[in-house]
Amino acid sequence: MAVELKMPALSPTMEEGTLSRWLVKEGDTVRSGDILAEIETDKATMEFEAVDEGTVGQILVPEGTEGVKVGTVIATLSGDGEAAPAAAAAPVAAPTPAPRAEIAPPPPRAAAVAEIPPGTNMHSATVREALRDAMAEEMRRDARVFVMGEEVAEYQGAYKVTQGLLEEFGPKRVIDTPITEYGFAGIGTGAAMGGLRPIVEFMTFNFAMQAIDHIINSAAKTNYMSGGQMRCPIVFRGPNGAASRVGAQHSQNYGPWYASVPGLVVIAPYDAADAKGLLKAAIRSEDPVVFLENELVYGRSFELPELDDHVLPIGKARVVREGHDVTIVTYSIGVAFALEAAAELAGEGIEAEIIDLRTLRPLDTATVLASLKKTNRVVVVEEGFPVCSIASEIVTVCMEEGFDDLDAPVLRVCNEDVPLPYAANLEKAALIDTARVVAAVKRVCYR
Amino acid sequence: MARSPRKSTAAAATPVVDEQPALRALQDAHTANPRYPASDEQLLKFYEQMLLIRRFEERAGQLYGLGLIGGFCHLYIGQEAVAVGLQSALREGHDSVITGYRDHGHMLAYGIDPKVIMAELTGREAGISRGKGGSMHMFSTEHKFYGGHGIVGAQVPLGAGLAFGHKYREDGGVCLAYFGDGASNQGQVYEAFNMAALWQLPIIFVIENNGYAMGTAVKRGSAETHFHRRGTAFRIPGMDVNGMDVLAVRGAAEIALEYVRGGNGPVLMELQTYRYRGHSMSDPAKYRTREEVQDMRDNHDPIEAAKAELIKRGVGEDQLKSIDKAIRAQVAEAADFAENSAEPAPAELYTDVLVETY
Repeated sequence: MAVELKMPALSPTMEEGTLSRWLVKEGDTVRSGDILAEIETDKATMEFEAVDEGTVGQILVPEGTEGVKVGTVIATLSGDGEAAPAAAAAPVAAPTPAPRAEIAPPPPRAAAVAEIPPGTNMHSATVREALRDAMAEEMRRDARVFVMGEEVAEYQGAYKVTQGLLEEFGPKRVIDTPITEYGFAGIGTGAAMGGLRPIVEFMTFNFAMQAIDHIINSAAKTNYMSGGQMRCPIVFRGPNGAASRVGAQHSQNYGPWYASVPGLVVIAPYDAADAKGLLKAAIRSEDPVVFLENELVYGRSFELPELDDHVLPIGKARVVREGHDVTIVTYSIGVAFALEAAAELAGEGIEAEIIDLRTLRPLDTATVLASLKKTNRVVVVEEGFPVCSIASEIVTVCMEEGFDDLDAPVLRVCNEDVPLPYAANLEKAALIDTARVVAAVKRVCYR
Repeated sequence: MARSPRKSTAAAATPVVDEQPALRALQDAHTANPRYPASDEQLLKFYEQMLLIRRFEERAGQLYGLGLIGGFCHLYIGQEAVAVGLQSALREGHDSVITGYRDHGHMLAYGIDPKVIMAELTGREAGISRGKGGSMHMFSTEHKFYGGHGIVGAQVPLGAGLAFGHKYREDGGVCLAYFGDGASNQGQVYEAFNMAALWQLPIIFVIENNGYAMGTAVKRGSAETHFHRRGTAFRIPGMDVNGMDVLAVRGAAEIALEYVRGGNGPVLMELQTYRYRGHSMSDPAKYRTREEVQDMRDNHDPIEAAKAELIKRGVGEDQLKSIDKAIRAQVAEAADFAENSAEPAPAELYTDVLVETY
């Protein structure tokens, strides 16, 4: 009785992978624990083990194949006699996790004013690569820049963002820390006070809660408390927001938390060009920066300008899509939902203007208000809790400074006001999606 | 209180030490040579610095009573020998110093102008933080004094970060990070110990054990009251030092600095000391007796001890009196400056939030 071996999901967000190498061939007898193949995901290269014994039947996906979807049958295994139910790879070959963010390929990048010179060559790059390149370029440029965090060096980054940096810059500047966020955030902050330019990576911002005292009390307030004498030029970066099926403690957007603190700069880019240009700007800034990335976006590819020194201005929103009927204000992964919603709405004759805030503090209210003046309607899209959110802040700005331009109440599309549940259906119900954006836009357009 | 400095002085002959020779080597060296062989001139200088701190703090206490200083104000009276003994061994402007909220003494011991410190206490624009920091938040990057931190224990990893910077730049500098017996129970302190030892950072962790974490006596808040042993789990050598004797402190500092500058990683020093005044100005003083405080003042005062030693060495009373007079004048001048300086301009409210304009 042949058992199908399926492409396993080796991380919560893995949708596909590369079958790098087969370590068995057809006809081989395998035992539980034998390594069958090496599979490369966007995070790491991992070994795929047999969980029971049997004989390798057919190998259906040859080694070197890229983009093998999770759940694809890659080989068959014949049971070893009648009684051996060779449930090989059963735990990992579980039903394909429904990726919650099924996003259409991004449209060509809207030309932000003067940010990227016309005629610049573009190439495709993932957000992960863009972030890594930003760090590497700044480390080459300034010997004071170093990166520290959990698994940033030898492991090559828990999410592969620091991949290759150890090789180029060595252990002095690419530093693995123990799992001790409070301590290493404090050490990074102290190093910044002493004149270095640390990049502190949090494996995710959920763990930065252990370190938030240093981010706020030590880093954000020092320049003010010292009358401008003692600076703290540090970047705290890492993935933020909900990933996929990792439960409440690993799924939270801290944008509103940090954006409420004077003394911090808070950046949350969406695409690769913004990720790179803004991370470079963050590393050069004399101020402490919280740089919020998104795990679900790391592996997505976008156009990246081929410039020697692509640095973008902090504190400037970007009009991602122009439109005249309604303004959608959003940031980070919310941009993806907004773009998808806008495409759908265009089919119904509603042209949405999309503003990617990019920087959450200081907030570019001028760009939001200018768009409001044009469209007279605003919807805020935010993958995060609704209460005391960036959305709340945008609503306030529209009320206080754009009231006369409003033709409808400003609506928020945020996650449900609950800790993020684990069950796939509940998680889906808790998180924002394109349909909710479309519905909110129709409401403010009275359609 | 857990242990009075008197007991610890007695204990110095038979100190509580670690079994591991490597961990007690510095303590052994200190026990063998407990006091720094200061010249008369050096001892006079230490005396003068301690007296400046004492008089400065007394005046700060008065100004607080008059309502000229607000909020929290933590005085260093009684602990002067610690800052002076340790920092006199540093290379000012090269080695970095960081401390908690009881920071006036450490600043004065690092040569920072008393006028700008006092003006900060009164919240004036001429203050070292332009009136925006106050007693607990003062800094002088020029002197490599990095604060002045109000969150108990936060300065310990920050200090490890400063030490990281010294090592990264290979500038030969050392960081001195002060904290109290209370802060010693904070988790982040041990995270910093671990990384400092792991990466062999050039740092001296200085626990100023004044017997009380606010109003909680050491023995009521700490399972291990011998704080110099708290680094044992991280293989950090400890030293138990009489913090009421400036020459003992300086002697210990020499040993610790030689070790740290030699690239051997961190040292943990516990200084047995005592604060005469309350934790802050609003201390009800219900947790200890008047007699205990009086005994410390009468029998263990670091300034009186230095004075007695100077007289014994043949320094004239006249000379000491003239030092005292000069310091009183210096402090009076600082207080006048602090009282008469202008408050920050209203526009200062919005400056220094961020360095750059975005």
